[in-house]
Amino acid sequence: MKQSLTLNKVTRFMGFGTLKPFTALFTGKVQKEDILTILKKFIVPIASILLFIGLWHAGSRALFNMEADYKIEKALTDQGQKAANEMKACIASGDISCQPNTLPSPTQVWASFQTLLKDHKVISADKLAFKEKTAAMNEKRVAAGQDPITYTGRPSFVDQIFTSLKTVFAGFLLALLIAVPIGIVIGLSETLRSSFNWLIQIFKPVSPVVWLLLVFMIVKTMTKDSNQDSAFIISFISVGLCSMWATLVNTAMGVSSVDKDYINVAKVLKLGAFQKVFKVILPSSLPLIFTGLRITLSVAWMVLIAIELLAQSPGLGSFVWEEFQNGANDSNSKIIVAMFVIGLIGFLLDRIMLTIQKMVSFNKNEGL
Amino acid sequence: MSTQTITQKPQSDELENGILFPSKVMLDLHDLKKVYPTPKGDYVVLEHLNLQIMKEEFVTIIGHSGCGKTTMLSMIAGLNPISGGNIAVLGNPVKGPGPDRGVIFQSPSLMPWMTALQNVMLGVNQVFPHATKAQRKDIAKYYLQKVGLEGAFNKKATELSQGMQQRVGIARAFAIKPQVLLLDEPFGMLDSLTRGELQDTLIEIWNKEKITAVMITHDVDEAIFLADRVVMMTSGPRAKIGDTLSIDFERPRTRKTVLEHPDYYKYRKHLIDFLEH
Ligand SMILES: Nc1ncnc2c1ncn2[C@@H]1O[C@H](COP(=O)(O)OP(=O)(O)OP(=O)(O)O)[C@@H](O)[C@H]1O
Ligand SMILES: [Mg+2]
Repeated sequence: MKQSLTLNKVTRFMGFGTLKPFTALFTGKVQKEDILTILKKFIVPIASILLFIGLWHAGSRALFNMEADYKIEKALTDQGQKAANEMKACIASGDISCQPNTLPSPTQVWASFQTLLKDHKVISADKLAFKEKTAAMNEKRVAAGQDPITYTGRPSFVDQIFTSLKTVFAGFLLALLIAVPIGIVIGLSETLRSSFNWLIQIFKPVSPVVWLLLVFMIVKTMTKDSNQDSAFIISFISVGLCSMWATLVNTAMGVSSVDKDYINVAKVLKLGAFQKVFKVILPSSLPLIFTGLRITLSVAWMVLIAIELLAQSPGLGSFVWEEFQNGANDSNSKIIVAMFVIGLIGFLLDRIMLTIQKMVSFNKNEGL
Repeated sequence: MSTQTITQKPQSDELENGILFPSKVMLDLHDLKKVYPTPKGDYVVLEHLNLQIMKEEFVTIIGHSGCGKTTMLSMIAGLNPISGGNIAVLGNPVKGPGPDRGVIFQSPSLMPWMTALQNVMLGVNQVFPHATKAQRKDIAKYYLQKVGLEGAFNKKATELSQGMQQRVGIARAFAIKPQVLLLDEPFGMLDSLTRGELQDTLIEIWNKEKITAVMITHDVDEAIFLADRVVMMTSGPRAKIGDTLSIDFERPRTRKTVLEHPDYYKYRKHLIDFLEH
């Protein structure tokens, strides 16, 4: 019972709702409200997911038929009746060479998901084998002062996910390191706030693409004669610059709108500037700073995909782009898999930030 | 002996023999004026306000809402600039806020992310920078005990009830050993039972510390029960001191003896007549 209670707390804290009705099911004390809650919280969402998949299936089916009809029609006008019949038979047989290329169905996407996982297993095994094979040689190379040989094979889908996460965290960290200190300084001074306001207002709405180009111009020159991974540097800096504005604005707002009573207390006690900032102003603006950081992280994740796609830097964005260019018959369904993964990770990142935000907010009773 | 030096009252005691300060005036408000600029022109809240408050005196201030009581108190605290005239503490003009004048605000204004002890320590650390950490902690704990919070040292401010929060506010104000304590309707937000308890706590600790107290209140009974002198302010704009009334009950007072005192209704009538005028 105690365990289920803490579990309840955790799930509610994470914003996943309560499990109480289910504990009621197991302890056998089912009441009418519990059934209603189960219906509302679990049955209806599941039904909506099923409905979504159903509609998706029907939609892709319809698109498939449209595309197939179009293909047969085309064969008929171009090459005559015989070719049209062949095409029809080919499509019906499920031969990959002539399948209509359109919105994939849920089953195709699921299959692609499993293909990607299998692919990951193969590549991981491959990598491990490579490592074992080169271990001895690398040791010698390092001893001789040479660079070790690294695996340069194709990254798997899971590798891409981790690359994207690495980039987004680097970008997020950069945004944090730039926006929080500047936000504090701007928040403390009315003059600075009004003089920097126009800058913030102008740069905030600039599209990720433009930031990318700007960063590209600068980083390209700066990394010219070093063999650093400039794609990674370019994309994480662009992500940081695009996403830092929410944190900047929120930090400045939090710092400038500290409760006047607290400021008066600090004045009466004659707290020094350092004490005032670290004991009073920062703690009281922490909730707003974290609200900003939460927005920043979700913006960072959103623009990351676009930036990877444009910068050709490894990650989920370039995965999507490569699959789109590739045009293999399961490319479309792989793109959809990536879409779900991107959405899911974005959701989880937001949940993590929400949890941290709740932990630092001192008014636990007030809703966020 | 080492803790003795810390708990000792600064300066004023040694100077009390009438050598350096001929009078026993703690606070001197002379021809005080306050103007708030508004879009519709200047608004003169206070003008020609004169008030002297003696050492170790407890003064309560009553007056209609909006007449400028908070304005006056925050000027004494140094949180609000003076437009004309001057305010002197022991003969020294007020130039800004400082820990010689402790303030208890209407809302407890505790830092919600700190515990009760940390809130009190915030001021103690500031005023006794040369004491050891343990000594400072002892001072903070002493005052928290004095206000009846021995069990709540490590409770977060948000976990305390309104009354308990204001108790911490009282402890915080006394712990910095101010010469003057300024209170702006400190019990205004509390229910009458809690209010009575806190009045008792306040007067008990004030009795012991013997400092000057200036307290704004809306409650006539509270004004009489606590004060040596009740100061009545005229209604604004251009408010000033309208009248003062000495309360000659001996201390220590209990609520019962005060209510049963033959002069009580005379005092009460005096104040109510002034306010209804
Ligand atoms: N910063 C300000 N700018 C302009 N006018 C102000 C400002 N602060 C207070 N006032 C005005 O000055 C007058 C006196 O205000 P003050 O808060 O001192 O009154 P008060 O006597 O404390 O009232 P209450 O009993 O309701 O607390 C009011 O009319 C108020 O509107
Ligand atoms: Mg007031």
